[in-house]
Order: sequence, then structure tokens, then C-alpha cells
Amino acid sequence: MTAKILTGTLLDDQVHFSLTEISEACATRREWVVELVEEGILEPSGEERSHWQFSSDSLSRAICARRLQRDLELNLAGVALALDLMDEIESLRNRLRNTELLNE
Amino acid sequence: MDYKDYYKLMGVERDASQDEIKRAYRKLARKYHPDVSKESDAELRFKEVGEAYAVLKDPEKRAAYDELGADWKAGQEFRPPPDWGTGFEFSGSGFDGANAGAYSDFFEQLFGQSMGARRGDPSSRHFQARGEDHHAKVLIDLEDAYSGATRAISLRAPALDASGHVITKDRTLNVKIPKGVMQGQKIRLSGQGSPGHGGGTAGDLYLEIEFRPHKFYRPDGKNIHMSLPVTPWEAALGSTVKVPTPIGSVDLKIPAGTTNGKTLRLKGRGIPGSPPGDFYVTSELTLPPANSDAEKEFYKTMQQEMPYNPRGHLEVSRS
Repeated sequence: MTAKILTGTLLDDQVHFSLTEISEACATRREWVVELVEEGILEPSGEERSHWQFSSDSLSRAICARRLQRDLELNLAGVALALDLMDEIESLRNRLRNTELLNE
Repeated sequence: MDYKDYYKLMGVERDASQDEIKRAYRKLARKYHPDVSKESDAELRFKEVGEAYAVLKDPEKRAAYDELGADWKAGQEFRPPPDWGTGFEFSGSGFDGANAGAYSDFFEQLFGQSMGARRGDPSSRHFQARGEDHHAKVLIDLEDAYSGATRAISLRAPALDASGHVITKDRTLNVKIPKGVMQGQKIRLSGQGSPGHGGGTAGDLYLEIEFRPHKFYRPDGKNIHMSLPVTPWEAALGSTVKVPTPIGSVDLKIPAGTTNGKTLRLKGRGIPGSPPGDFYVTSELTLPPANSDAEKEFYKTMQQEMPYNPRGHLEVSRS
């Protein structure tokens, strides 16, 4: 038990991450993150790699992509498809939940 | 320590081929992957299946496991036979140092002693590895998102003790929840995940924000929705009614002629931020009951005095 109060980083649309920060968070090489960008899984802003800025959604997506690839032995096209479908399911679930609450 | 039936966990026969085991694993891994599955015990099942596969996919370990015999039942109190494991040589292949601590006591007892990767053996390819990230949900009240809060979060995670055995470690963290958080957002606490192996950096802890279901507020991103019951006369004639919001009640003007399901917006009364979210109030027309004679009489008067046909568009006669 500790009385210390920890302050984390809120991953909202105000924070951005560099290529190096994303690859460190995924415990992987920068080249792997570049492959995610080439596959269209991540969409950083900025032209050159050294200026790439990733959103916090990108961070979550990259970490999830890493786990899916490692655990299910997917190729990147499969990872991209899975992530897109998971996003769609999530948004449908939210709509369903709100509709159910409305009809309560 | 309980015996684990790895064949049963994977739903294969004891004489299943390596290909069958691989197919079963792929199928179960997709089903129970914590990122994909919404089943509440997905993470546990995924770990169990992963452990079963780690043993059964490796011919050396599978042979050693089979050596225990087929008479054990899952959950049965288990002690390895005294001479078990002699004559087997484990290469340690197929074990991911990043998953250290993820396997059961049963597994540890059988294979733990030969796993160089978990003892910091310099010859291991995982000599230096970053610690695993941890993920947890933190349940807060919607009001906390308006004002910010500090929450004590209890976490339970497997860890290795000094002699390399898996133990469950409880810890409590006091975490600041910043003002303006939304459902599903994550807070990253750097270095609060598993410690690194062999001098690697520690993993991170990700806390996902989840609002405790509220009696009448429904969050949707930064916006909040609420259903507001109104009487027919408030809706028809217009009126001003008190409406609760997470930062205190407000007087809301209901315009004359408001219909059921009409949405009114209170700008900036959603979750704070720049810009803040909005607060939406949807009118829900309710009918007063006609229980007493006086009430019934009143409805009858309305029936006579108000020539109103809500079914005009259905093109049927009125009665």
C-alpha cells in the first residue's frame, strides 16, 4: 500500500507520439511500425518519418496489432482487417448499448 | 497444486497429431484472444490454452507430459512422480521470456526448473527484454470526469519471487483521474507494468476508463444524454422545469408544442474540455393516470372538447 499519488498520461487527442515512442511502447523495431503505416493500419501526420506524429488511438492500435500478430500469427493484412472489424463491432456495440438504455 | 489436463483444455484427443493440435490452438486463440473476445473469462482461457499449446506443440514436453499417464483428472491434487523428468532434455524452445509469470504452478513444477529464460540465463535469447505491459479497467463515476478525482486501484498480477517461482502480487495504486476523461479512454502509467528481464526497461500500465452505469445520464464521448419525462400540458403549453446535470441542476425552458422524443441541447454542459461536450435532453411525454373518478371525468372532457386524431395518416376511420 502506498500513499503516493501517480499521475499518468491521459491518452486523448491532445497527446502525440513519435515513431520511436510508438516502437518503444510496442517493444519492437521502428521498421515494424513503418510497416504498419505502409499497410494503412496507422496514419501519422507529417511528411517525413522523423516528423511523424501519431495519435493516442494509433498507440492503442499498434499495441493491439503487436499482440494479434504475436498470438494469432497473423500477417499485417490480417491484422489490418481484424482491427477494422473490431472497430466496427465496437461502434455497433456502443450504438446497441445506447439504444437499449433509451428503451429501458 | 492441481493437475491440468492440457488435452481437454484444447479439446483434442490424447493421440491427436501435431497438426490437429496446431489447428485447435489457432481456433481457440482466435476465440479467446483478449483483444478480440468479449467473454469475461477470455484472458484466463487464453492463458490456459497458451500454456497447453506451449506443452503439446513441443514434442519433448509433450512426451514428458504424456509420461505422467492418462489417469489424472483435471483439478486433482498433483505431485510429480519422484523419478519424473529424468531422461528428458528440454531445449527451452518456444518459450517467450516476455510471458514469464504467465504459466500455472503445475507448469512451473513440470518444466519451470529447466527454463533458462526465466532465471536470467545469459545464453537465453531473451537475456534483455522489456517487461510486459499491464492492462486494467478503472471504474469511476461520471461526476469524477467533471471534477477530476484520485482513485485507489487494486491490482493483482503474477510476478516472480527471488527464487523464480510464480506468486500473485497484490498492490494498490493511487491514481489521479484527470478532469475531462471519457468512457474508453486510457491513462498510461510509465514503468508500472512488469519489471524488465535482465536489465530491460519495465513495461507500462494502461488503465481504461469505464463509467459506472448511471441511473439517468448516458455518456456518449464528451456528450451526455438524458431522457426527461414531461407532462402533456408542459409540452403543449411550454414551461420551465428543473433538470439535473452532473454540475448542478439548471432551469430548462421547454418550448410550447414540444413533441415526444424532441432533443434540446444544453451547450457546454457535457464533459469538460476544450471544447467541452454538450448535454442533450430528450423529452419523454408521459400520461397522467386515470384512476380516480375525477381524473376519468377530465379525460372524458378532453375527448369531447379536443377533436384530435393521431391516426389520420393510417387512413382508417376514426373508431
